[in-house]
Amino acid sequence: MSKMTLKIEGDTHVIVTRRFAAPPEAVYRAHTDPKLIQKWLLGPEGWTMPVCINEAKAGGKIRYEWTNGKGGGFYITGEYLELEPYNRIVHVERMHLPDPTPDNHIETRFEADGAGTLMTMRMTLPDGKTRAAMLATGMERGMEASYVRLEGML
Amino acid sequence: MDNLDGAFSALADPTRRAILARLATGEATVNELTEPFEMTQPAISQHLKVLEDAGLIVRRVEGTKRPRRLAKGGIEAMDQWLAMLRKALETNYDRLDEVLAGMEKHKKGKKR
Repeated sequence: MSKMTLKIEGDTHVIVTRRFAAPPEAVYRAHTDPKLIQKWLLGPEGWTMPVCINEAKAGGKIRYEWTNGKGGGFYITGEYLELEPYNRIVHVERMHLPDPTPDNHIETRFEADGAGTLMTMRMTLPDGKTRAAMLATGMERGMEASYVRLEGML
Repeated sequence: MDNLDGAFSALADPTRRAILARLATGEATVNELTEPFEMTQPAISQHLKVLEDAGLIVRRVEGTKRPRRLAKGGIEAMDQWLAMLRKALETNYDRLDEVLAGMEKHKKGKKR
């Protein structure tokens, strides 16, 4: 059984869930501490994140820059809207390819699940077309979490 | 990949997803596809054109009818693509598992 689920909801949402063996406090920290983020939020093999700015406070800035070490790269910028340690994060982000994509509004919840954590990430895109574009190109760059279970739609 | 972009855009519309759901159960004519929707036949035909251009469905000629069915290749290509995206995301979270395990160890080490 896979620990991760990925589904679309309505016309503008993408929902990702994932279980972790560590408690919510640790998973929350791994999402807000730049030194920790640089260790895992990397996408495909061979990519690194040389720049990681993450000001974990309401209004704080986010900037992640990735490179594949062969001249390929891109970055995202964003802002924090709300943070409730260690339960909930609300932020917006956009990719720069290099033109900015429409804002992706993301609410991430961390709930205790036995000794571990159930994380639920709810992304809201401005419209169906933007979501479709994100699904089609977003993770090609190794980033945006998106998946549609074809069986669910057909 | 251009065609995959088209496929995802085509799927961004709930009516088109419903049409695909209907076609997943078998071939159907435009009339049959129009029936369950509160939409005109030209509107449905427009949706069918988008799905066809995206390589998700194909049409057959039978007299005056043009029954549509799912294009196997198109659906399979999308399925593979989605599996790849899903894998990239899982790779991130597998790495996070290791980071979390490392944090736990560090914490225990400090307590001692």
